[in-house]
Amino acid sequence: MKKRKLDIGPYIYLLPAAIIIIVFRLVPILLSFIVSFFDWTVLGPGKFIALQNYSKMMHDVEFWQSMMNTFWLVIFVVPISLVLSLFFAALLNGIKKLKSFFRSVYFIPTVTSMVAISIVWKIIFNQQTGLANFFLENLGIDPLAWLAESRGIFQLLFANFGIDLPSWLGGPSLALFCIMIVTIWKGLGYNTIIFLAGLQNIPNVYYEAADIDGAGKIKQFFKITWPLISPTTYYVLMMTTIVTFQVFSQIYLMTGPPVGGPLGTTKVIVYFLFEKGFGESNDLSYASAIALVLFAIILSLTMLQKRLEKKVHY
Amino acid sequence: MNLKKSISFLILSVCGLVMVIPFLWMVTTSVKSQLEVNKGNVGFLPIEEFSIYSEGEEEYRMTLIKDEGDSSYVHLFNENMERISSYKKIPNSSIINKRQFKFHFNNFVVAFNKVPFGRYFLNTLFVSISVVIGVLITGSLAAYAFATMKFKGRDFFFYLFISMMMVPQPVYLIPSYVLLNHLGWIDTYNALIIPWIANIFTIFLLRQQFKTIPRDLFDAAEIDGCNRLKILWKIVMPLSKSVIATAAIFGFIGSWNSFMWPLIMTDSPEKRVLQVGLSYFSQEASAQTALLMAASTFSILPLIILFLIAQKQIIASFASSGLKG
Repeated sequence: MKKRKLDIGPYIYLLPAAIIIIVFRLVPILLSFIVSFFDWTVLGPGKFIALQNYSKMMHDVEFWQSMMNTFWLVIFVVPISLVLSLFFAALLNGIKKLKSFFRSVYFIPTVTSMVAISIVWKIIFNQQTGLANFFLENLGIDPLAWLAESRGIFQLLFANFGIDLPSWLGGPSLALFCIMIVTIWKGLGYNTIIFLAGLQNIPNVYYEAADIDGAGKIKQFFKITWPLISPTTYYVLMMTTIVTFQVFSQIYLMTGPPVGGPLGTTKVIVYFLFEKGFGESNDLSYASAIALVLFAIILSLTMLQKRLEKKVHY
Repeated sequence: MNLKKSISFLILSVCGLVMVIPFLWMVTTSVKSQLEVNKGNVGFLPIEEFSIYSEGEEEYRMTLIKDEGDSSYVHLFNENMERISSYKKIPNSSIINKRQFKFHFNNFVVAFNKVPFGRYFLNTLFVSISVVIGVLITGSLAAYAFATMKFKGRDFFFYLFISMMMVPQPVYLIPSYVLLNHLGWIDTYNALIIPWIANIFTIFLLRQQFKTIPRDLFDAAEIDGCNRLKILWKIVMPLSKSVIATAAIFGFIGSWNSFMWPLIMTDSPEKRVLQVGLSYFSQEASAQTALLMAASTFSILPLIILFLIAQKQIIASFASSGLKG
């Protein structure tokens, strides 16, 4: 039997993509570990400093503040976005007329650039000439400082009832809350579309059977809809979490000056590493170390969600 | 039953309005005069309030300097708002207060010419189109190999690629900067295009599609004397039009809207893409609300138009991205 020659054809097809992906993805990913162990600026590598960047991080107050702000963002944005988008998807799934019209309306923010809409939202939250205070004024409510307000939202809320909450219980600043609103608004359309696709995959016979059995709508939701869309829910949960951990443009364009203000209450982790890497200190190695820690957090949360997903298997 | 539907419509309408209010306000503010914005005319209508001095047939715009009971000292302006007379004393009876709609479409021209937005648009278009073409070529070739050919290391490469899709951009951003700096590509189009002309998600998407094409078709084509490349071009691609459109849409929107990468990888105004240029403009003109709104409007307009034309396809594309999750 003739031994077949190695067919190089497939490799030639693979080559263009492989070169780009290896050179501009794999190499940088591996390089990021190396960079984080050196004293590396834009001028090139300095001396080997092992884990110094990581120990510096642990003692960096700004790092912890950015981490905390990022966690606040994720804790608020992910559940609110999930609930709202599922709610809208359920409403859309129940109608026939104007369905695609409403779907498009909710989807517009998803296709528009974060830069342009950040500029718009920044002006909306402007204290003197913004729409937000214009609405409050018409409702007879005192104007707020919005993006310039460093006090926590719980603190502001309780102050209305004359309760003076200590600042460590104050919660995320009102400025960060503004960022949350924009982030939720921007991602809502995408999540709604994903949920709608999930809901449309549920066969109608289940609901018909439940109707015959006399199960109410709310019971049907918890006994049929919720279990059957759980793969979609996990996908939305995971994607929203990953995206929210990487929020950058809204912070860069809406807050400050200085960016991340007031009092650093809107500085998130990706802006923090951008500032370290490309700001005055130009410390690329420290920025790389921060990025890797962020990656580790995202990766472990993803694993955790995957495990939960397996446990809750229907 | 009808009541339930009506409530659904009501909620969807109210929330839909909330979703588009920022866009509505953006457009209405973009045609206001900055003077009106600064005076606190925040609402949705571009209404102007001003005083006019009428002298026989002639009317002049004026600003009040000093009111002395029955007469006032004013500056007078012609229709181009150039001052033609200063500290003129006029009787108060000849002053008329006016309130009228006025659309300052001129804001768009002023904003567009204040910084080289034309250049930014062309840069973005050039980069986005190059990226889409590159992604489709490299993606279909690689997906074709993954989907239809047997070769050593196929699964290894496939899972290597897929696992890299999980890595968030901030991780490879900094070393990419180091790499591109080493190559001398910082502040060039290369830095904006070349690293993005292969996309793992596109390869994955196309591979899924190519796998659904029956093998019999390939065998028949092979008997007819088609080589692999011809099969890809004549059979596989035409059968995959809608997925290719999906990949192109994702590529274009992603490239058009990308911000952090070009912000870091370019310096000079000549290489700025639209998003970066808009960001710099928002710092330079931070007090000029109306101009900023005009610039934001024309920046998102191309994608909104694209969306309105192809909304079914675009929404279906995004929806399909979730089903594999």
